[in-house]
Amino acid sequence: MTIQILAIIVSVVLFLVIIDLIRRGRLKERYSIVWLAASAVIFLLSIWRGLLEGISLWLGVFYPPSFLFLIAFFFLLLIVLHFSVVLSRIYNENKRLAQEIGLLRTEVKELKK
Amino acid sequence: MSKILIIIPAFNEEATIGSVIPSVKKEMPDADIVVVNDGSHDKTSQIAKTLGAVVIDLPYNLGIGAAMQAGYRFAKSMGYDIAVQVDADGQHPANQIKNLIKPIEDNKADVIIGSRFLGKGEYKPSLARLVGMTVFAKVVSFIIKNKVTDTTSGFRAVNKKVVNFFSSIYPDDYPEVEALVLLYKAGFSIMDTAVIMDERHGGKSSITPIRGLYYMVKVLLAVFVDTLKRIEREA
Repeated sequence: MTIQILAIIVSVVLFLVIIDLIRRGRLKERYSIVWLAASAVIFLLSIWRGLLEGISLWLGVFYPPSFLFLIAFFFLLLIVLHFSVVLSRIYNENKRLAQEIGLLRTEVKELKK
Repeated sequence: MSKILIIIPAFNEEATIGSVIPSVKKEMPDADIVVVNDGSHDKTSQIAKTLGAVVIDLPYNLGIGAAMQAGYRFAKSMGYDIAVQVDADGQHPANQIKNLIKPIEDNKADVIIGSRFLGKGEYKPSLARLVGMTVFAKVVSFIIKNKVTDTTSGFRAVNKKVVNFFSSIYPDDYPEVEALVLLYKAGFSIMDTAVIMDERHGGKSSITPIRGLYYMVKVLLAVFVDTLKRIEREA
């Protein structure tokens, strides 16, 4: 089926793009795990139609492709949450750095006196 | 004799800082003064330096919580025994600082809050403000199992243990109210004492009446989130 081929191509391309970004140092390994997991799951579900249909029917979803959307949605939610956690950490580190710069400036001034 | 540091966080306070520093110096001649200039665009920093205060110039506006914490980090690195927070807008009368420090020196509590509602002050907030402050006082008193009358007062004195604690943990958004919950969770003792506060000399409150209710809800949310936080107090 055309949609299946398209899904396979998209997930493979996504996977290769992520690997290439890591290889060129544009994406940190620590932030790539969620993305790799997402592309792997989408790849698995697109080559193995039976799995997608099986899980969908078991969950009571009678139109399997819509289950694929649900999975994609969960992954996006996970990735966005991950970003918020990272952002909070970076905020704290940034604050600490700014405070430290202020304190060091003051120390330098006092030493120059 | 304990080493005392007066921390004055300031953001664009050139109108008042010039009178606050000399009045603190006059009342507390043995204390050191540090002004944390939180990225002011005006002459706050220059005026404070001319008046002989140590100034920490932050590279950009970090917000009141982070600026205050910079002051506490300074106090820790310089080994001060007591730190006192004083606003740069002149509403905290310097002649009351001694009353805040006394109970700390007598080991009565780890934190002393200067309360506008205890004793004989002439403090008359607007009705909306009074309602908000009463709600905060009730909620925070309930959470920390200890009666505090003025949770939004930024006129406080703390001992060395609290200086160390604040150097690692200090709330960002609504630091006065939130700090009380964090202090309680870390096991510090909090006490309030009567102070007479002046009306603001310059500038205006960061809280406008229209945003009052919104502010109240946000602070209460932050306080409830704080009660869920895991606080580790370093030895």
